[in-house]
Amino acid sequence: MAERSHASGQSEGGGGGGTASHTPSNSRAETAAHLRQLLETEGDAIHAHTSVSNLQRHEVFDETDDLEALRSEARAIKEDAIDRLPALIETVREAVEANGGTVYVAEDAADANAYVADVVDDRAATSTAAESASGRPSVVKSKSMTTEELDLNDALESEGIEVTETDLGEWVLQVADDTPSHIVGPAMHLTREEIAELFTEQFDPDEEFETAEELTRFARDHLGERIREADVGITGANFVVAESGTITLVTNEGNARKCAVTPDTHVAIAGVEKLIPSIRDLEPFVDLIAKSATGQEISQYVTMLSPPTESPTLTFDEPDEPIGANTDAETNGSTDREFHLVLLDNGRTEMRADDQLRETLYCIRCGACSNSCANFQAVGGHGFGGETYSGGIATGWEAGVHGQDSAAEFNDLCTGCTRCVDACPVKIDIPWINTVVRDRVNRDAEPEAYDFLVDGLTPDEESGGLDLGKRFFGNIGTVAKLGSATAPVSNWLGETAPVRSLLERTLGIDQRRELPSFERQPLVDWFDARGGEQESKRRAAAGRRAAHDEPTDALDREVVLYPDVYTNYVDTDRGKAAVRTLEALGVPVSVPDLPESGRAPLSQGMVTTADAQASKVYAALAEDLDAGRDVVVIEPSDLAAFQREYERFLPERSFERLRDNSYEICEFIFGLLENGANPAALSTAGGGGERIGTENGDDGQPIAYHSHCQQRTLDLEAPTVAVLERCGYAPRTSTVECCGMAGSFGYKREYYEVSMDVGDRLASELEPASTDLVVASGTSCGDQLETLLDRTVPHPVEVIAPDRGW
Amino acid sequence: MSTDTDTDAVGQLEHALEELEVSLERVSAADASERLAALLTEPAIGVKLPFEGVSIPESVTTEPTAATLADAQTGITPATFAIAEYGTVAIESRAAGDEPISVYPEHHIAVVAASDIVPDLTGGFDRLADRFAAGGDSIVFATGRSATADMGDLVHGVHGPGEVTVVVLEDR
Repeated sequence: MAERSHASGQSEGGGGGGTASHTPSNSRAETAAHLRQLLETEGDAIHAHTSVSNLQRHEVFDETDDLEALRSEARAIKEDAIDRLPALIETVREAVEANGGTVYVAEDAADANAYVADVVDDRAATSTAAESASGRPSVVKSKSMTTEELDLNDALESEGIEVTETDLGEWVLQVADDTPSHIVGPAMHLTREEIAELFTEQFDPDEEFETAEELTRFARDHLGERIREADVGITGANFVVAESGTITLVTNEGNARKCAVTPDTHVAIAGVEKLIPSIRDLEPFVDLIAKSATGQEISQYVTMLSPPTESPTLTFDEPDEPIGANTDAETNGSTDREFHLVLLDNGRTEMRADDQLRETLYCIRCGACSNSCANFQAVGGHGFGGETYSGGIATGWEAGVHGQDSAAEFNDLCTGCTRCVDACPVKIDIPWINTVVRDRVNRDAEPEAYDFLVDGLTPDEESGGLDLGKRFFGNIGTVAKLGSATAPVSNWLGETAPVRSLLERTLGIDQRRELPSFERQPLVDWFDARGGEQESKRRAAAGRRAAHDEPTDALDREVVLYPDVYTNYVDTDRGKAAVRTLEALGVPVSVPDLPESGRAPLSQGMVTTADAQASKVYAALAEDLDAGRDVVVIEPSDLAAFQREYERFLPERSFERLRDNSYEICEFIFGLLENGANPAALSTAGGGGERIGTENGDDGQPIAYHSHCQQRTLDLEAPTVAVLERCGYAPRTSTVECCGMAGSFGYKREYYEVSMDVGDRLASELEPASTDLVVASGTSCGDQLETLLDRTVPHPVEVIAPDRGW
Repeated sequence: MSTDTDTDAVGQLEHALEELEVSLERVSAADASERLAALLTEPAIGVKLPFEGVSIPESVTTEPTAATLADAQTGITPATFAIAEYGTVAIESRAAGDEPISVYPEHHIAVVAASDIVPDLTGGFDRLADRFAAGGDSIVFATGRSATADMGDLVHGVHGPGEVTVVVLEDR
């Protein structure tokens, strides 16, 4: 079995704020080494499982007509339930007690564990269950992440209680003394071969284990015996219906059913956030949870028990007594069942009071955020996870239940790509939670460093606080401006070995990554030198005349092209292509010098800086918006800031105004073409407009297109595909959720290899023929693909622009 | 519910079950006992069936002990209703022992009246809400065969049944 290092790589909590993120280069190297090992030992197995679940989720989501309504309904139920949580706790207490059970609200892990140990000891003393082999009190468990959070197994075992996990994945981990790598498939990092080897060594069978079938049969028999002997069955709960005291268990194996009803005592352990008001409220969750988790329409078993149930107890050491012999016939119910519902707080009340972390409590733990995350697919939960929880939402859970240090260990693996936003069945803004926690980690590192940043960056100034690399990337606009002003010297310098070494040591920029090359003349200056708005109006009018377009209202537009940092200083070609394309379609353009969107500081968790940028951008655009001009954006991540994060920074009316009047460049072009603009002026696959109108793309020229992650979340991949098709191409898109570059992520020394691993999968999926064009909408996607495919990867608008450069 | 709708519902249920590799048997109440006898593998255990004119085959033990439960190859239970869209059968957890009888043996046969097939999950929750209001509040939605991929590949029949048959009583 491959050696595993994650145990030593995990936070042990505490540590006085010592996080990987703000310690110097040796810590970056340690993180890099830890992740490298996970890539090598667990990455392939994790990727195989998570990518399949993710694809199946996409399929079943696409097939579900009322998906959005279901997600909204589920979200609303959770919002309401968390809002009136204290009342629901009282409601469920009354319901469970009326049913004949007990409710215990545990303040923290120690409290919960002590209560459960007492219940087990009491029952074992009077139990009618078969004696376990050891004679010790025995417990069988079904899978429960909440009991992982409690470290319940260790706590019970230290009290002399025998604990057996009966979910096969959890049992494998128990045998291997390993920890879950995924909240739904806890052992998915282990291959069948590794499990077979482990079991053969551990259980010494007559013949070595080989197939999954053999392993499963063995596990079923072995665990079946444990279940029959157990004094107490412990389950978690996916949902708890307050009004009826109903525990809902969503499983595929059937072990939870057996654990709940075979022993005469059932303990269900659930976080308080699992409460929902009524049985009716359960429906959208039952409909969504399996779809989100594995892409199944519904799980094999949705068990809804209002214990103590009437189901007969099973006493296997009295084999010839009819089952249910202990049942009181007159009441038609079981008289000897005992039920305890342990509701766990462990930080949840504080999360509920925290406006930023509260959303975490809506989580139904389906793992969709893990499956949809390119970085998670690469390293799994032993890298992208804290003490208990893993994946995107884990930052919220870990910060809430184990503390910020546990979240800080892995929080930087969230690149804010937002692919989990579409995946989450309860619409949690998971990237935002990651941003907020990153911000808090930054602040805790050195509070005074933060104020300084708002004023601007001086990258060479030493600071003991906030990670220098984060400061650098968070202020990339200032850096780019400086780089452009001093180009080409800045570009030459940037490629020298001493400078690269310095950048790696101080800022954590990996030497293997090619740096962007700054243009001497920014796009804004090019546009001014070309004659500014007047010239653009002249060209647009000429374009319209050439196309013989009758100016209709729909086409009578004026565009403000947003000069994002990369388009303005690094990749001016795509900006020029956008200007030429819009003009050729009859639309005049202006390219004013506008403030940075705040995307860069957001990605580093510098929320206050981003907030200030949002106000500056809106102030600079307000007049244009009032004048009815459209804001067109090339870099999808900046558009995503306008359309998603700005909601948190701007007054509602301002946000809506900018959101409703801002467009991704190809989305805007598609709108023009749909409204009758004449595409004859554009460059097409056949050249000169000959093949325009190949709408189905069947006989178009092959082109590989990677849309940007945040663009996909805005539902804006389709317009680019449609525009390419109209220009005679047959676009092929990728299923890989993100390119792995993700702005600054791929530059960072500790994440370079993860970034390349994710990028490799994208490159091999696109697998372009040598003659195929490859295009990408995002700057970093393009950079990543240029490196991996060793060819030019332009923006789609560069391919369709008139007078294109190749 | 009209006969046409019933037929559609059975067809939809059958289609959903096919995807789950679960067979659906259509039978009249009068022929049900004989069909069940042919479907089961002995030793078999079961719960008395609540449908008029349907009796459980004589070879089936209806008062199982822990030992017969452990040895049984087939378990026969009624389903309170079925959800056509997903191929789900609703098994009650009640004193008669439906829950262990449906989950312990390798083969579960669920018997459902055609008139108890609801089209979708919402229909299922309508039935569920009625039952909860009437005090019957422990039920399992069982869909297809017990499964796991935890040992590296998909395997059916883990802790629950590896084979499931749904018998629809067309005239009930």
